[in-house]
Amino acid sequence: MSDELKCKQQAAVLKEADRVMGICNACRYCEGICALFPAMELRRTFTAGDLNYLANLCHNCRGCYYCCQYAPPHEFQLNFPQAMSALRAQTYEQTAPGFLKKLFPNNAFYVFAVSLVATILLTAVSLCASGPSVFFGAHSGSGSFYKIIPYGAMLLVFCLAGLFALVALLRGVIAFWRISDGKLQWLDLAAHKKAVRDVLTLKYLDGGGDGCNYPDNRFSMIRRQFHHAVFYGFLLCLASTSVAFIYDHAFGWPAPYGFFSLPVLLGTFGGLGLLAGTGGMLWLKTVMDARPADPASTGMDMAFSALLFLVSLSGLLLLVFRSTELMGLLLCIHLGLVLGLFLTMPCGKFVHAVFRYAALVRNAHEQRTGQV
Amino acid sequence: MSKKQATLDHISTDVLVIGGGNAALTAAITARELGLKVLVLESSPIEVRGGNSRHTRNIRYIHDAANSFLTGPYLEEECYNDLLMVTKGNTTEKMARLVIRGSHNVGDWMTAHGCRFQPAMRGTLHLSRTNAFFRGGGKGLINAYHETCRRLGVQVMYETEALDLEVANGTCTAVHAQGPKGEYLIRLRSVVLASGGYQGNRAWLREAWGPTADNFLIRGTPYDKGVMLKAMMEKGAKTIGDPTQGHCVAIDGRAPKFDGGICTRLDCVPFGIVVNKDGRRFYNEGEEFWPKRYAIWGRLVAGQPDQIGYVFIDAKSINLFMPSVFPPLESDTVGGLAEQMGLEPNAVEETVRAFNASTKPGSFNPGELDGLATEGLDPPKTNWARPLDTPPYYGYTLRPGITFTYLSLVINEQARVVQQDDTPFNNIFAAGEITSGNVLGQGYMAGFGMTIGTVFGRLAGKEAATCLMN
Repeated sequence: MSDELKCKQQAAVLKEADRVMGICNACRYCEGICALFPAMELRRTFTAGDLNYLANLCHNCRGCYYCCQYAPPHEFQLNFPQAMSALRAQTYEQTAPGFLKKLFPNNAFYVFAVSLVATILLTAVSLCASGPSVFFGAHSGSGSFYKIIPYGAMLLVFCLAGLFALVALLRGVIAFWRISDGKLQWLDLAAHKKAVRDVLTLKYLDGGGDGCNYPDNRFSMIRRQFHHAVFYGFLLCLASTSVAFIYDHAFGWPAPYGFFSLPVLLGTFGGLGLLAGTGGMLWLKTVMDARPADPASTGMDMAFSALLFLVSLSGLLLLVFRSTELMGLLLCIHLGLVLGLFLTMPCGKFVHAVFRYAALVRNAHEQRTGQV
Repeated sequence: MSKKQATLDHISTDVLVIGGGNAALTAAITARELGLKVLVLESSPIEVRGGNSRHTRNIRYIHDAANSFLTGPYLEEECYNDLLMVTKGNTTEKMARLVIRGSHNVGDWMTAHGCRFQPAMRGTLHLSRTNAFFRGGGKGLINAYHETCRRLGVQVMYETEALDLEVANGTCTAVHAQGPKGEYLIRLRSVVLASGGYQGNRAWLREAWGPTADNFLIRGTPYDKGVMLKAMMEKGAKTIGDPTQGHCVAIDGRAPKFDGGICTRLDCVPFGIVVNKDGRRFYNEGEEFWPKRYAIWGRLVAGQPDQIGYVFIDAKSINLFMPSVFPPLESDTVGGLAEQMGLEPNAVEETVRAFNASTKPGSFNPGELDGLATEGLDPPKTNWARPLDTPPYYGYTLRPGITFTYLSLVINEQARVVQQDDTPFNNIFAAGEITSGNVLGQGYMAGFGMTIGTVFGRLAGKEAATCLMN
């Protein structure tokens, strides 16, 4: 797409967000549903920065769509969640560093391709390096994973990939702060405290008390529960990896560990949570009312959930089959997918975690001080 | 005729509820909970169901103590006095007290049937003690009631409009209805009419108001055409209420012809001046707080040539009121703004000059009746009268916006529709806007339409059910 066309398209997305926000700010019936509407009410007009910030405060609970008197077929054609989703996706793209911007249109394809290539490469290199007899052999005892992928190689690849993801995400959130006209609100400790609580409880997926409207107009906690499973599953897996890292590097206890060891327990529960959560999110996407959705964002959302689903599935399979001949292949698939996850983190749906947190901090600050 | 009969479907029910708003659904739920088969006819498509209720936001009801969403007690006498004030005594005390008493703690019943309340927030704090706000507004409430109906097994037919009733000897036996797939003859044992006023019926509005009605904007549903109201009048029902009375406010002249709802309101009148198409002021803009006066401005504007008003404010006041859905017109001179509005610039400039000359120094406070009044001006502006002297100047057009009409069927204390000879029909009940004239002779107070709908709706549902049990 030419730059000029892209510019026009981005302006149109902002303009639609501004239009719907103008109607909402004159109506205000939705102020009891989530944080966004009270944040909107602190303003009379909306700069591009305001809109970029507000769009990322939206948790896509859809409560406002189903109780909107101006939703289609009304002539105002007000589709608030759709306008916010489109703008949110645009902020992800705008803030991605350099060439990564290009990965946002057709995001599902790139996420799939990067993960596939990473998996194939890792498998091929390991197979060549270790030889078929080792790769397809059954191994037992500690350090057996390193027979497939040597310690140094694993450390180097994943440290680099992790560092890349971290730096790119950090750059992304700084860029987000800039395009949303953020000021020094991020220095407010009390706001961070409130934002952490909002994240841990997923406060704004409660729709004001009865949950959000998935898969249809009825209230349900199901999306909040699935998201909790994903979030806490992810944290447990992160904890599992960190504990294993410490075991290996501080105590010299290399993986694999026993079924009742701390890293495996954390990883098992985390993996099961991720599996159920991402599976549930994917299921919701397929059965949900499509009207309030932004069709252009669906691919990105699905790709991220699907990748997390596959990462956890392959991890659990590895755990089950780790003492069989399948271990080498499963290890490479699992690690290849994890690598794909790290590499696509800054240019896909994962970004929402960071931006949402930033938006929640800003909101907590604004509501505490009454100042925008 | 033979073709018509070929498509005529026969349906039968115990209680037929005609209408799909708050009154209709509370009646349906109540009758169903008493164990009867209930069918609801909603004339609109599912997306815009709920009649005018989907544009509402709160309900006024009496309660003895504060709770998590109401800030203090509100008792019968206070509510009745409020009603007397807005209607200037033009109410039926017996029916008004029936509604007010019936509203006692009605929030509990609503909550038990799916409604969720929230505390009043910015912009609505003046109602925080007397009115309970629905989370997500009236459409949220209607969705909740529909969910309750589904759970209870109330059948709802959408896009199905009742056309006529078969009534003999004071008893209704069947209703003719038109649905998307053809015509129905619905046999019933009792019927609740909760089909609203007639404000969606332009021809009828013209009958009442004359050709000026063509310039009215209808703030709510286009589906309230008064078909049942007219049918019952033909069947000898007694009516109450002046056909020209209703809930009529001044709204943004650019609002949609129908269904503009809340966002088309303009709250800037007290901070500026309002002129007619000749550029002349015609009423005291600063008489009272806007929430206490907005409901008279519809009629005021309707009384001006071409049923249009023009409000002018200056830069000092632009941030003092709720944002408007359409941006104001803007100019650096009063004359320039007048020209943009299609007014004679000299006439408006002269009006502003005279107005400015009559203002006097003093302290301006939008939060109270500040007494900052004009001197020697007719009509005066008795509060918030600051000169229009700070560009840019902003302007809006004002049009009368009708929320609902008060011409109603007379009902008795069982919500039974009454005949011209004052005897009630045997099994015809009514609730909601089609009965509003029993309580509201003129004027309006916020959230009271929902009180009338909920109390009469529950009453009608209960009586329509119990009259079948005896």
